[in-house]
Amino acid sequence: MSILGTRVLRTEDPGFLTRGGVYTDDVEDERLAGACHVFFVRSPVAHAVIRSVDVSAAREAPGVIAVFTGADLTGLPALPPPVPGMINDLMNQPLLARDVVRFVGEPVAMVVTQDPYQGEDAAELVDADYDLLPPVVDMSAATAADPIFPDAHTNVAASFGDADQFDPALFDGCETIVTRTIENQRVAPAPMETRAAAAAWGEDKDAGGRLTAWIPNQGAQGTRAVVASMLGIDPASVRIITPDVGGAFGAKFGADPEHGLVCWVARQLGRPARWAETRAENMVAMTHGRAQRQTITIGGRRDGTVLAYRLEILQDSGAYPKFGAILPSLTILMTPGPYSFPRAEAAAVSVLTNTTPVGAYRGAGRPEATAAVERAIDLFAAEIGMDPADVRRKNLLPAFTEPHTTAFGAVYDSGDYTTALDKALAAAGYQDLRDEQAKRRANGDVVQLGIGLASYVEITGSGSEAGRPQENATVEVHPDGSATILTGTSPHGQGHSTVWAMLASEELGIPVDKITVKWGDTDLIPQGGGTGGSRSLQQGGAAVQQASQELLEEARQRAAGELEANPADLVFDIGSSAFTVAGDPDASVPLARLAETERLVVRSVFSAPGATFPFGAHVAVVEVDTETGKAVLRRMVTVDDAGTLVNPLLAEGQRHGGIAQGAAQAFLEEVVYDADGNPLTTTFADYPFLSATEVPSFELADMATPTTYNPLGAKGIGEAGTIGATPAVQNAVVDAVSHLGVRHIDMPTSPQRVWRALREAAAPPAAGTAAPAAGTSESRDAQ
Amino acid sequence: MKVRLTVNGQDRSDDVEPRLLLVHYLRQHLGLRAANVGCDTTSCGACTVLLNGKSVKSCTVLTVQASGQEVTTAEGLAPEGDLHPVQRAFRAEHGLQCGFCTPGMVMAATGLLAENPHPTEEEVRAGLEGNFCRCTGYHNIVRAVLTAAGTMSTGATTSTESAQ
Ligand code: FES
Ligand code: FES
Repeated sequence: MSILGTRVLRTEDPGFLTRGGVYTDDVEDERLAGACHVFFVRSPVAHAVIRSVDVSAAREAPGVIAVFTGADLTGLPALPPPVPGMINDLMNQPLLARDVVRFVGEPVAMVVTQDPYQGEDAAELVDADYDLLPPVVDMSAATAADPIFPDAHTNVAASFGDADQFDPALFDGCETIVTRTIENQRVAPAPMETRAAAAAWGEDKDAGGRLTAWIPNQGAQGTRAVVASMLGIDPASVRIITPDVGGAFGAKFGADPEHGLVCWVARQLGRPARWAETRAENMVAMTHGRAQRQTITIGGRRDGTVLAYRLEILQDSGAYPKFGAILPSLTILMTPGPYSFPRAEAAAVSVLTNTTPVGAYRGAGRPEATAAVERAIDLFAAEIGMDPADVRRKNLLPAFTEPHTTAFGAVYDSGDYTTALDKALAAAGYQDLRDEQAKRRANGDVVQLGIGLASYVEITGSGSEAGRPQENATVEVHPDGSATILTGTSPHGQGHSTVWAMLASEELGIPVDKITVKWGDTDLIPQGGGTGGSRSLQQGGAAVQQASQELLEEARQRAAGELEANPADLVFDIGSSAFTVAGDPDASVPLARLAETERLVVRSVFSAPGATFPFGAHVAVVEVDTETGKAVLRRMVTVDDAGTLVNPLLAEGQRHGGIAQGAAQAFLEEVVYDADGNPLTTTFADYPFLSATEVPSFELADMATPTTYNPLGAKGIGEAGTIGATPAVQNAVVDAVSHLGVRHIDMPTSPQRVWRALREAAAPPAAGTAAPAAGTSESRDAQ
Repeated sequence: MKVRLTVNGQDRSDDVEPRLLLVHYLRQHLGLRAANVGCDTTSCGACTVLLNGKSVKSCTVLTVQASGQEVTTAEGLAPEGDLHPVQRAFRAEHGLQCGFCTPGMVMAATGLLAENPHPTEEEVRAGLEGNFCRCTGYHNIVRAVLTAAGTMSTGATTSTESAQ
């Protein structure tokens, strides 16, 4: 019986459950003996000229080995933009601020001490003097504000398309047009493990000394490239080791200035150095996610047919353009989502503000696209007084098995969006929910029921400009019957140790618990794309399968020699992991024995024809207290079609986690700044991190349409939850109070926002205002 | 200051700074690194251990306060090479992904079940409110605690079996 598709328990768990993971701060290694500790002094103001940084008192503090400021970093280049060519390159971040600070939390100085407690104390003695500059806090003010980088003469970091070129006739022929500006608010990735680094120089002293750095990351090879470029050295002189990683969610790709600086300190002082940030630092200095303001316009016929859709994006990139600045390109790519809109267009501008830089966060650009179009569909449905499920059905692309190219250049591999929606509605008991809602509305209940839908399609495992998506794997069978897999992916909770072992076991007949999976050491595995964009199984897993099959072919040749038989006459028996000669069961040789005289090892690169496009539908059920505005999530029912599942247990885990994060963005989480650019959500006491009491158990319905883009039939599953759940929950909250005239509530749908929306909907329009907003005007004919 | 305490059944005595937090004592002095630090505001529970059988956040306990008491960490929950029923349930229900919250979560769950051996789903969720997880959406963690409650209540047989 095949092991694939079964619920194999994770081989990595016993260690995590007993001794705990070995995260960067837990690493014990003789190369790190006597390490000093780095503590960062960060800007307390959003925008200022640095007049002076006096470190003399800090230098005298107990345990202080050295204090460094930007002036000490001669010869270290500023961090270049992540995707050259797409982003204005006059906006680079110096590793430590020089002359100007541009966000609260920007590193200004480093205090290096004997032990970690001392750094915090000594940092207080660093006396930096600032001349305040006016901060740009709201992204809408950025284009008109003075440039944060005067030499750039603009606060625009990147733009995609041109709203000035929008087709003035796009909405011609529409009976109804709705437009609205909505927020996809800034959130903190907040992995439970904060950032950290440990660095030691000295390996290969003859060659000038190499750097070994332990950094939590999502792909050691990418991290090596960034660290080397920060230090201005050859990547070959850098060895990155990835310890266990306590969550990443897109925010641990590559490396941040702090990582490079810890390596620099170790070189400068000739002594290993370590750093582990506090949560308060993490909340202001790790990249944030989302941060888009979107203007959506949707138009069509009153029978529910959408004829045209327009998406205009303002992306807040924060103070330095990082991956966040190019997020809109992914949003634009997915503009029409699963719908067959006859006309659609989109454009985006990414601007700088004096806030924490924005980067990738679970979904990275695609949740923003889905949130926009799913809100648009609901606004349109409300405007014409039609059930949002019917509007979706009317506009979803019909099922297709041959690739479908959208007007935005995305090539959807396969999809059946209506079936996904119908399955989700059936699993939720949609009609019963609507009946219950009607009853509560008729009764005028204080607690109203809201039902929110989201249909989605997303892109996973896309390649780079360099070519088609690919990943490598090495599989080796050892004489003792065990095996080792080297992978270019980089798990941080996804369970690759288990699943990659299952894939090899299926081919080689070696039990899962005898297969060791290794990743994240650039000396051992120089190439790899890491884990992100939901790519790992469909490329990294496929590479493991391919390498295992190639290894078996190599072994077949050796077995043929051993058994003096024709290779074609050999049968591989999975049960015994041995080759036998067809028709002669006594003539057999175990796979392991074929590794005795010569290593039995194969490295293989799997290359996919393109990205895959998982899809699904989410139904959220909320209760909203119309007196307090409080929304409570009661049910989440989801269909997430990610093709064939290799381990359903782990795929479900990915869905659960994503759903919770998506729901949390919809009704809870938000990074908040005051008008001066001071962050107000810098601790877990202030940032509303989701707890177990705020979500229900999730109801997952099955749907699995294999893709032809890899032999596993697998698409990505890691980000589906955030993509579907966010708009479903937001739509549910709006739906709960739509009969009271509310058409939209921005995320997070906090009690205050819901309450305000209810008050505004109830209040008569103020005297002197023009025609009432679209929302309130037709609430009557929607009844 | 001098402290004497029992950690995972072993007597320990040490001279520590008065401000040394229990979590740092466990991690740095004893090399017990299962308990993690995930915040600086007593919010996340990654540092949860048992103090005299009750779950506490070890980032808010001074080592000197724990003097004379019994501390249990995830490392000491089951004999070497074995899993405690709560740990086993976390594995069986896939209640962990990156693992960072896990030792704290397991200790909080163990403390919860000691107080309430037959919790409802709602009680489990309320009991774990102070333990954050970014990966699992809590779904499988809640399943795991309910499963552990089930196996532990039919307990006697299970534990004698696993002892053999
Ligand atoms: S470390 Fe967060 S509660 Fe103790
Ligand atoms: S498993 Fe990653 S934080 Fe809980």
